[in-house]
Amino acid sequence: MNVQITSADGALIALLSGEIDHHTAREIRKEIDSQAEKLHPPVLKLDFSQVQFMDSSGIGLIMGRFRLMQLLGGMLLVINVPPHLERIISLSGVGALGVLQYKGKE
Amino acid sequence: MKPVNEMQLSFDSKSNNESFARSAVASFILQLDPTIGEMADIKTAVSEAVTNAIVHGYRDTIGTIYIKSQIFENGKITIQIKDKGVGIEDVPKAMEPMFTTAGGERAGLGFAVMQSFMDNIRVVSKQDKGTTVTLTKYLIPRVLSYDKR
Repeated sequence: MNVQITSADGALIALLSGEIDHHTAREIRKEIDSQAEKLHPPVLKLDFSQVQFMDSSGIGLIMGRFRLMQLLGGMLLVINVPPHLERIISLSGVGALGVLQYKGKE
Repeated sequence: MKPVNEMQLSFDSKSNNESFARSAVASFILQLDPTIGEMADIKTAVSEAVTNAIVHGYRDTIGTIYIKSQIFENGKITIQIKDKGVGIEDVPKAMEPMFTTAGGERAGLGFAVMQSFMDNIRVVSKQDKGTTVTLTKYLIPRVLSYDKR
């Protein structure tokens, strides 16, 4: 499983790990969406700290969860993006959604 | 110019082969002693091309995806990813960032990533015949340039 979901201070936190591609993104998405739709958290955090590889499927995952959280009236945050993923993230322009939180460990 | 090494492989257009495909190409390239960054670039670009073949080329069916990779003397590598699927109606349009026919969960960035992470990309497509994407990258020949000094 490439995602582990926990909850802290009302926020739903999805710790992603391993390689995110079109194949693994499907599972990750299902897992996150079922929890988010059940709990309606005010904040969903996608934690990328344990992600070793991702292609544009990871960007699709962010965009899709951004839309979901908009529908649910909450917000999305992307946290702990490791340096090796910064290039694809900046190329994608998802930063314009205002979801990126480039901080150290939370 | 003739390649100094070449590999070919073919596999089913199943999404669990995406990881296999990019790892196989990465393993082949390893003999050039690429940097971690170069390796990540190649894996990402291959992953995009293979995903396109699965999601678009063989949209409603399982077909065969063919990869051919060649290494040249000057550190140039080419990777050809080919499908015999539905083809792309309008290649320039398909290559525009954010253009996708696959709906909500696809970012429409596949070609943009390939363009940005590789030195050259060529797309040849014919409707109902299939698509061939050829990716080219020039690796910095670290060992070679050291020897010349």
